[in-house]
Amino acid sequence: MQTVSDVVAAAGRIESPRLIAAISRIVRDVGVAEELVQDALLAALEQWPASGIPDRPGAWLQAAARHRAVDYVRRRGALEAKQYQLVREYEADRERGDVERQAIDDERLGDDLLELVFVCCHPVLPRPTRVALTLRMIGALTTAEIASAFLVPEATVAQRIVRGKKALAGADVRFELPAGEELDSRVPAVLEVIYLIFNEGYSASAGEAWTRPALCEDALRLVRMVAARSEGVAEVHGLAGLLELQASRLAARLDGDGEPVLLEDQDRMRWNRLLIRRGLTALDAASRARGAQPPGAYELQAQIAACHAIARDAAETDWVRIAALYAALAARAPSPVVELNRAVAVGRAFGPAAGLELVDAIRDEPALATYHLLPSVRADLLSKLGRREEAKAELLRAAELTANQAARHLLQARLG
Amino acid sequence: MRFAMFMIPNVSDENWGPTPEMAELVAAMTRYNQELERAGVLLTLDGLHPPAEAARVSFSGGATSVTDGPFAEAKEVVGGYWIIQVGSRAEAVEWARRCPAADGDVIEVRQIQEMEDFSPEIQRAVAEVGRQPGA
Repeated sequence: MQTVSDVVAAAGRIESPRLIAAISRIVRDVGVAEELVQDALLAALEQWPASGIPDRPGAWLQAAARHRAVDYVRRRGALEAKQYQLVREYEADRERGDVERQAIDDERLGDDLLELVFVCCHPVLPRPTRVALTLRMIGALTTAEIASAFLVPEATVAQRIVRGKKALAGADVRFELPAGEELDSRVPAVLEVIYLIFNEGYSASAGEAWTRPALCEDALRLVRMVAARSEGVAEVHGLAGLLELQASRLAARLDGDGEPVLLEDQDRMRWNRLLIRRGLTALDAASRARGAQPPGAYELQAQIAACHAIARDAAETDWVRIAALYAALAARAPSPVVELNRAVAVGRAFGPAAGLELVDAIRDEPALATYHLLPSVRADLLSKLGRREEAKAELLRAAELTANQAARHLLQARLG
Repeated sequence: MRFAMFMIPNVSDENWGPTPEMAELVAAMTRYNQELERAGVLLTLDGLHPPAEAARVSFSGGATSVTDGPFAEAKEVVGGYWIIQVGSRAEAVEWARRCPAADGDVIEVRQIQEMEDFSPEIQRAVAEVGRQPGA
């Protein structure tokens, strides 16, 4: 049996992102819009137990939030022409009666969601604030849910959100879709936020659990939302492809005892075929969108993930192609971590000595000084070359470096 | 969490849709499907041919028998399905409520089992088959 609060939460999760977006148009302040939508949800929690759950909970919430928004701008006075028009529309609806049923129907509500995404990921905000605001406003997660997903105190998240809203209001951020060159320059920040959220779920950086699948699902929902509205932006589809393909392996990454399983040991029957197909479809969309342009960094990573996804078993993996894709990625978005992954692929494609050569070239990278995968990869290559003692020393170093306990258990198991 | 939403339409085999008169309904349903997609929750969907064209394979005493449709005794049959990924059962139900379904239609919302829903014994048994060569 569903309780009223279940229904309010569910309708809120469905409605609130686009409601916040629509209300932002009226009140011209994302923070205020979010609070008004919260108010409408609270009103539902108070009224529905007595009045019964409305036939169309979403429409009820839309009407309630819009009502609050119109009250808010009226109280503030000095409406701009566009705001005045929105208020007039609302009043006309009300005169016709039955505001709830007409509410803001989907067409009237419009689709300002993408604008809201760009606002939440605005360059005036620090990165953790972008993540928190995006999960709050677009993902419709509660502050407590965001805090527990990132293992930070709830007060920290609450503060980030409050400060973020203030920063947006203070910087007078325009609520509109960036166009032309500005769009190109701001898309990466949006994709980065989604990628960060997914990664925190996919390889939890701290704590007991190896993965937090719910957070991966939130990131997938975000990227699907953005992709459905960005046909011509190749990297959006590149990221969508990457996340669908990574997520297709989620179920296979833990064994029955909850211990992590490395990619080559995973039971490929447990890879989700539907998500693989969605990932490959997104890759097609990326390639169509960019035409003759070279693939971007997310698309390249998605292509690498696709190489794994389509290999029938680990032995059939096309490591030569993966090594080439990593070389392209290293040229496009050079980083020590990419270089390390390239070393792994080269080691598989052309032998451990070739891989070790690449790893040793980045051994002293300051960025990798505390990165547990560097000694872990070196250990693997060294042991394949029969250099057992050196390999053991590297495994010990890797175990010391990882903050994730499940990953540490895996490394300790390899130590025997 | 993944859910299957099974549409059980209130139509007979003869009127199995979409018939030409149903253009408006189909348009509404298409908008609904787009809404699911734009909300980032839709994984896939399909509509099914009528049960008149179906076959039923029954198992009994180690033997199989095949019956061709239509099936006289079947009243509620699945006409199509959506697979969605949402945060809760209530959210799945709320999405089902938004469907522009016809009078008398029923949507059954069923959560899809994930491997972690099974006991460790079952998970190990599945893993064992997965490890066998040729699997």
